[in-house]
Amino acid sequence: MSIESVTKKTGGLLMKSFKRNAFLLIALVLLLSACSSGAINTTTKEKDKDTKTNTEEKGTIKIGALLPTSGVYASLGENLLNGMKLYFEQQNWEVAGKKIEIVQEDDESDPQVGLRKLRKLTDQDQINILTGTVSTAVAYAIRDEVDKRKLPYINSHAGGNDLTRAKRSDYIWRSSFSSWQIGHSMGEWAYKNIGKKIYVTAADYAFGHEVAEAFKAAYTAAGGKVVEEVYPPLGNNDYSSYLAKMNRDDIDGIYAFYAGSDAVRFVQQYNQYGLKGKIPLIGSGWLTAEDVRPQQGMSPDGITASIFWDYSISTPENKAFIKAYEKKYNSRPSIESAEGYDAAMIIAETIKKLNGDISDSAKVVDAMSSIKITSPRGPISFDKETHNVIQNLYIVKTSVVNGKTENKVIDTIEQVVDPGK
Amino acid sequence: MSTLLLQLINGFSYGFLLFIITCGITIVFGILGVLNLAHGSFYLLGSYLGYSLIMKAGLPFWAALAAVPLIIAVLGYMLETIILRPTYKLGHLSQVLLTFGLAYIFHDLFAILWGKNMLVVDPPPALNMSIQLAGYSVPAYRIALIVIGLAIAIFLWFFQEKTKWGAVIRAGLSDKEMAAGLGVNIHLVFTFVFVLGSLFAGVGGVIGSPILGAFPGMEFQILILSLVVLVVGGLGSVSGTLIASLLVGFVETFSRYLVPELSLIITFALMAVVLVVRPQGLIGRRV
Repeated sequence: MSIESVTKKTGGLLMKSFKRNAFLLIALVLLLSACSSGAINTTTKEKDKDTKTNTEEKGTIKIGALLPTSGVYASLGENLLNGMKLYFEQQNWEVAGKKIEIVQEDDESDPQVGLRKLRKLTDQDQINILTGTVSTAVAYAIRDEVDKRKLPYINSHAGGNDLTRAKRSDYIWRSSFSSWQIGHSMGEWAYKNIGKKIYVTAADYAFGHEVAEAFKAAYTAAGGKVVEEVYPPLGNNDYSSYLAKMNRDDIDGIYAFYAGSDAVRFVQQYNQYGLKGKIPLIGSGWLTAEDVRPQQGMSPDGITASIFWDYSISTPENKAFIKAYEKKYNSRPSIESAEGYDAAMIIAETIKKLNGDISDSAKVVDAMSSIKITSPRGPISFDKETHNVIQNLYIVKTSVVNGKTENKVIDTIEQVVDPGK
Repeated sequence: MSTLLLQLINGFSYGFLLFIITCGITIVFGILGVLNLAHGSFYLLGSYLGYSLIMKAGLPFWAALAAVPLIIAVLGYMLETIILRPTYKLGHLSQVLLTFGLAYIFHDLFAILWGKNMLVVDPPPALNMSIQLAGYSVPAYRIALIVIGLAIAIFLWFFQEKTKWGAVIRAGLSDKEMAAGLGVNIHLVFTFVFVLGSLFAGVGGVIGSPILGAFPGMEFQILILSLVVLVVGGLGSVSGTLIASLLVGFVETFSRYLVPELSLIITFALMAVVLVVRPQGLIGRRV
């Protein structure tokens, strides 16, 4: 009895002292969870099943894929990887007599992790070519290391303008897009087709601002006027008060850059708060991308967006790509799937040009520079000066077809070249 | 003027949404004193289960709202009796480590089961429209949130202050030994309160999903949001949480409208001010 009462008493005392420290603990926990947002992600390493890990070094070309498979951009990384795997599978994992092996590392969209994983890929796995990544911050973080090691790097998503401008390198090529291409392409079109006064809104991070700046520059150059701008934080959960600001009679449209969960919430709330049908919404293709539209219901009906690839592009290349992708993965390809597919195709074409000998990085980047292919997104080539991709941009309109929303290409802006400064 | 009215409604509905999300953790941490960092995962599991039942199995929204919290409550029961009970005498630090570890495990499980894309649940058909108010459209679901939040608040307040069970819980928490001496099964009280908190995590998960959706990593956003509300409101009272939720809701809504660049800072600044001026929270009891 006595022992029990003693333990109860000490238990009670402990309890009280801990309660006293409760707020200290809350502060600690807040800090802990804030710091760990990067560490939430577990490290995954995936070697492709179709290839053997210890094949004879000479006959195998190792492609390092620095792609996030955890964290905020996890689904983008997954789709990029799916696109790449599809292409190489179609080649039976063999190009110019060499076996192809993809070594994927999860960069968790964290610059520090990205750099560490890059060193692992170069030192331990001895990769020949690098591709990826989703986050521009990671791309900037690995830029110097790639340049120093003369590692051919084909960037397959990160769109930060500077990577092919001030931070450009002989060894870095970008097959995806630059933020400028996305924003700029909508500027003139919006002035001609939407109206003279526009409200600009974008998620408050580097990419959002770069796209919005490019749009504003092109739109005002065409003669339009930006009435007001607002930049909600990335990963915002409620747009009601921003939408109330935008709900005004003196504007002809809203230009919005949002992606992923932001795009789902923004477009849904734009509809629920009655702006749809009153003020036209335009933006970048991520606003109505294949992987967010099913979650948006009927809300995206009527939105116009500019993007470099869409499901509805009706070229034979795109139709074949979509058919193969749907057969393999049982879901529609997203913008990122197409990016992964294209990056893989460019790598394969480069290897073919060199007859499989990719030992000299100078020759590799030289071969890459003159590549011209017709990919699912249309004809693409590289700007030899900036190393950025030259590609068509498509104006895509969303409408309801058979009870589901579908995109349709309504206009094409041919061969957009990033100015490089 | 009418814009102001619209923002007022937005502030109220966002505030009550916060309350619905955070009332579960208030019960568990604020009243029981058990720090469950997997609470956000319970919320997210509620959203995911709601998605599966409503969007995949085609069940009506209200049926899912009845079923999902029960599942989460059973999970909470298992967590409390099997894992958490031994930590009561070890204190908060081991609870933090244990439940944070659990949150990671849930995080990976969710990614395997529901994928990495964002999922959204449709609101119930009767509320899936917009109402015209002062020349503006307001989603009916947002108005419903105010009603639901108010109902939950009244229920919890009544339960805690006016029922025998509420009295037993309050007695057990202010003096465990004395309550036990009077014949109260203190273990049962702890389990009951924890299960109730988990139940409300499930309720929040289902009700929040049409607006917030569900995606990996969201549980930590919810957790931080809950802790902010808890710090502002203070421990131990439902009314504190309600007032804090509404305050945070209003401050966020109006700062977004008036000074959008600072909206994120202002909420945390509010928390910092409360911590400096009234460390026990606005309504919290001194501990």
